[in-house]
Amino acid sequence: MANLKTSEKKSKAQSMGLHTEVLTGKTQQKFFNPDEAENFYYFGTYDVDFNKRTEIDVKNMDCREANKKIDELMKDGYGTIVIKNPQGKHSLGVGILNKLNLIFEGSLGYFGCGSMDGPIVRINGRVGWSCAENMMAGKVVIEKNAGSCFGAAIRGGDLICKGSVGARTGIDQKGGTIIIGGDAGAFTGFMMQRGRIIILGDVGINLGDSMYDGTIFVGGKIGSFGSDAVEAELTDSDQDWLKRKLKVAEIGENFDVSKMTKVVAGKKLWNYDALEPTEKKGAI
Amino acid sequence: MCGIAGLIHRGNTSNVGFELQGMLQALKHRGEDSTGYALYGKTDGENFIMRFKVGENVAEGSSSVKEDVSVYDERKKIVDSYLSELGAKVIKEDRILPYSLRYEIQYEKDLMEFSQKIESVEGVEILSMGKSLEVIKDLGNAEVVCNRYNLDKVVGTHAIGHARMATESGVDIKSAHPFWGYPFSDVSVVHNGQLTNYWNNRRVLENKGMRFMSECDSELIAVYLAEKMRNGATLEEGMKESLVGLDGVFTYFVATKDSLGMAKDTMAAKPLVLYESDDLVAMGSEEIAIRSILPQEIETYDPFDGEVKVWQI
Repeated sequence: MANLKTSEKKSKAQSMGLHTEVLTGKTQQKFFNPDEAENFYYFGTYDVDFNKRTEIDVKNMDCREANKKIDELMKDGYGTIVIKNPQGKHSLGVGILNKLNLIFEGSLGYFGCGSMDGPIVRINGRVGWSCAENMMAGKVVIEKNAGSCFGAAIRGGDLICKGSVGARTGIDQKGGTIIIGGDAGAFTGFMMQRGRIIILGDVGINLGDSMYDGTIFVGGKIGSFGSDAVEAELTDSDQDWLKRKLKVAEIGENFDVSKMTKVVAGKKLWNYDALEPTEKKGAI
Repeated sequence: MCGIAGLIHRGNTSNVGFELQGMLQALKHRGEDSTGYALYGKTDGENFIMRFKVGENVAEGSSSVKEDVSVYDERKKIVDSYLSELGAKVIKEDRILPYSLRYEIQYEKDLMEFSQKIESVEGVEILSMGKSLEVIKDLGNAEVVCNRYNLDKVVGTHAIGHARMATESGVDIKSAHPFWGYPFSDVSVVHNGQLTNYWNNRRVLENKGMRFMSECDSELIAVYLAEKMRNGATLEEGMKESLVGLDGVFTYFVATKDSLGMAKDTMAAKPLVLYESDDLVAMGSEEIAIRSILPQEIETYDPFDGEVKVWQI
């Protein structure tokens, strides 16, 4: 584990109340020195105008060409991009670290919209496995169904599927909110660490198996609880939050949240908090 | 990682060879060591079609030992004599490649006895036996195999296929999918995944008289289902039992002369995307396989863990 020491100079992030410790391992010193924090920027971010709109047809492009085209359009200042004919191609819309309105007129294959930080994405179709994997921030709305590993390891943002999703939804989730309008498969919330999952329909076996932390709300039937997943009391503040969230998510606004089941970690398997450095928790 | 695809036209026929070729070619990134087709063609239903091999494809990348064509010729002669001994009448004979043959035969007796006799010839394996089923499998991707065997004109009701990345057994035809559900005519299986209780099951099934031609774990599914059906179970019952009897991660398709089924393990660890309408069911490891035959916007979904479905033509 990296050594920790305190920096005297406060970075912008620290002045907003985030961590005050410095990791002094070789890699961390090079890339995460808070003294350099003001100079941090994302490679590939551009000033875009949401009113500047364009459409591209990716029918005859592979995913690399399509993603490069999206990047070029953002570079030209386009803030609203419509993708026509995605036709189930894999890895479309990945690695976007920009504010952007991205609309897919059709379905995506595997790993759609992965590793993104900031865009608002609407997919007027279905998505395959591992949609929005590792998303940091932003919002993704899927109008139809989604495959397995939906929202794997997301750290922030809202990920909404209006249909049903496959197995292992929210696996290794570290933050953010996943909302499912239909049913979810087995091992939903498997090893999740932070964040919330809302399922309005039924959910399969082993719900929340080995979850470290986080909260799962289920509106329908539960196939079975996984190891260390336990039912908790649904509070008034939970219900208020659920109502707000479902309204903002354009899904289940009139759903009776008072009958939902709240599932949390029993914390009997593993003492997660004692093992995680405080600065990691801050980042999460 | 392997890719599987399947389709069934309900109440109709179509160019299933061409359609399956497109679906499997879309999955070629999941493996192109070998590709296999199980095509359920439009036949008169009178005679058996036997697809069999008398040797292996020894092209570059193959894990088989090279043999002279004269060896294949000799094996073919023995097969022909055995057919005569068994009382099987060869109506039509096609030698598509030196090692791959297609016979149309008249035969009325027990298929197990028939298969055991034919396969007692060293290097000979029946790839399929059926009145509508034909299994064609060889090294290379879907397009290569389709062109090699002229499959793009095959008309039929349904088909399943497999694009293979060899992991646990050789790059050869005997380890390629689909597997025939020996000794049942017109039964074939393709599988994506790994079975972890292969050897235990194999020993039990071999003791019951079932035959294995490869060391590929996927062959177990075909043999497992065939044994269940031999004991009176329906296809769907056998498939449901397989969710408990087979350990590991799997999605598999099984087809008979008039049906197509899918099963997914209880952890749903292997992918499957499904499109279902009144006249067509198409499914594959990835949506792009379905898109190759249905490019328009369609409703698809992932079957859940432990699901078994069977459709009739």
